[in-house]
Amino acid sequence: MAILEIQNLTKSFGKTEVLKGVSFSMEEGEVVSIIGSSGSGKTTLLRCANFLERADSGQIYLDGELFFDGADNKKISATELRQKQLNFGLVFQDFNLFPQYNVIDNVMLAPMLLAKEREDYKQNKKEIEQEIRKNAEDILERVGLSEKLHSYPCELSGGQKQRVSIARALALKPRVLFFDEPTSALDPELTGEILKVIRKLAEEHVTMVIVTHEIAFAQGVSDKIVFMADGVVVEEGPPEELIENPKEERTRHFLQKMNEK
Amino acid sequence: MEFQSIVSSLFEGFYVNCFIFAMTLLMALPLGLIISFGSMAKFKPIKWLTKTFVWIIRGTPLMLQLFVVMYAPGILFEIPINSRMTAVLIAFVINYAAYFSEIFRGGIESIPKGQYEACQVLGMTKMQAFFKVVLFQVIKRIVAPISNEVITLVKDTSLARVISVAEIIMCAERFTKKGLIWPLFSTGIYFLIFNGVLTLLFGYIEKKLDYYKG
Ligand SMILES: Nc1ncnc2c1ncn2[C@@H]1O[C@H](COP(=O)(O)OP(=O)(O)OP(=O)(O)O)[C@@H](O)[C@H]1O
Ligand SMILES: [Mg+2]
Repeated sequence: MAILEIQNLTKSFGKTEVLKGVSFSMEEGEVVSIIGSSGSGKTTLLRCANFLERADSGQIYLDGELFFDGADNKKISATELRQKQLNFGLVFQDFNLFPQYNVIDNVMLAPMLLAKEREDYKQNKKEIEQEIRKNAEDILERVGLSEKLHSYPCELSGGQKQRVSIARALALKPRVLFFDEPTSALDPELTGEILKVIRKLAEEHVTMVIVTHEIAFAQGVSDKIVFMADGVVVEEGPPEELIENPKEERTRHFLQKMNEK
Repeated sequence: MEFQSIVSSLFEGFYVNCFIFAMTLLMALPLGLIISFGSMAKFKPIKWLTKTFVWIIRGTPLMLQLFVVMYAPGILFEIPINSRMTAVLIAFVINYAAYFSEIFRGGIESIPKGQYEACQVLGMTKMQAFFKVVLFQVIKRIVAPISNEVITLVKDTSLARVISVAEIIMCAERFTKKGLIWPLFSTGIYFLIFNGVLTLLFGYIEKKLDYYKG
């Protein structure tokens, strides 16, 4: 059964229709890359899936259960929204780390706040904090930042910042982790380290949706590639097919343009 | 003997300045934060009401506001204000809260939207986002303008004399009337020392907050 299924999602800003009915689905442990030219709605799709924007219509299913329904006009309560939000993680293009906290605290902050809502928090305070710290350290080791636990974001390179932000998202153990052009804000020589981390996560079967312009990377890491243009999914398929053998003219055109760069 | 009694009388006066200063800060800072929320409210009537209020308070002299708070309740509603000090504090707190609110608003609005969005996708509540992530960054950004305002407040406390609250300059003027001018001039020293201490304090705070950039 699909872990995530998006059906006919639409979203307009004023009169501009940005998403015109986007659908795709993915299995647990899969990596899906979304490619497409600038303005095709990739970021908007991710923002709708993560509830940073409310889609106008369409459905999102998680584990086959209706998770979000655009037709449902009832306002979702803040608590319910947070509960849903926690199923997904989002890594931003420009990191959005918390500048006043060091690396380990950036990663621990959200899990700590969440733990305070647990009923047994008061009795087991020490153990819970230790557990969260241990988990944060493990994740930071996975992204290669064990040396930087006590550095502040302003003391890190762009690549290191992005790795912290990946660790911060992973610390909440999301069912699906979304990336919005995780390497676009980085110098070219730093993109490699991020792609390496994502490849490693893919090997560990973390379920991921990655918006990227790195076609070769997408081809290597993904189980499926989705090509978007003008707010719709034009074509999707396994990387070999979509990249080597696109069926649609628009896909071919886009790939050609990317190749020229 | 006379020198000593003059100095101690000036100290008594300066105690009043310090009292006005401390009470104003204590109440105007939190009130300013609340007013800043009002001026950023999504609900338009609240937003415009707050903005008009801030415009009036910042657009008229504090001295005039002191007179209004002192005499208007008695004239308009026949409930005269029973203590001059209360009138002073009301006028000062409202006036400074309006100024602080604009500083807070500027600080809060300068925090990138991405900070809130990061909090949201990490499952934090709006309160947690504000108090655990945003507020500290706001404080770092507003220390300098707040310290400016606070130093102005120290000097403004002497305006209390326009409604006959015996702060230091009013105390000194009693001696001027007797033909003694140096007590009046010496009051400057009190203000200078007080503001010197504040400057050091704010310098220290700024340095403490300088452990990160951004
Ligand atoms: N908040 C908004 N208000 C108005 N228009 C918006 C808003 N957000 C996005 N848009 C518009 O929606 C369209 C799609 O934007 P989106 O950011 O989703 O594209 P994208 O595929 O992520 O592009 P890129 O590759 O450049 O990141 C653009 O034309 C953009 O101008
Ligand atoms: Mg985008």
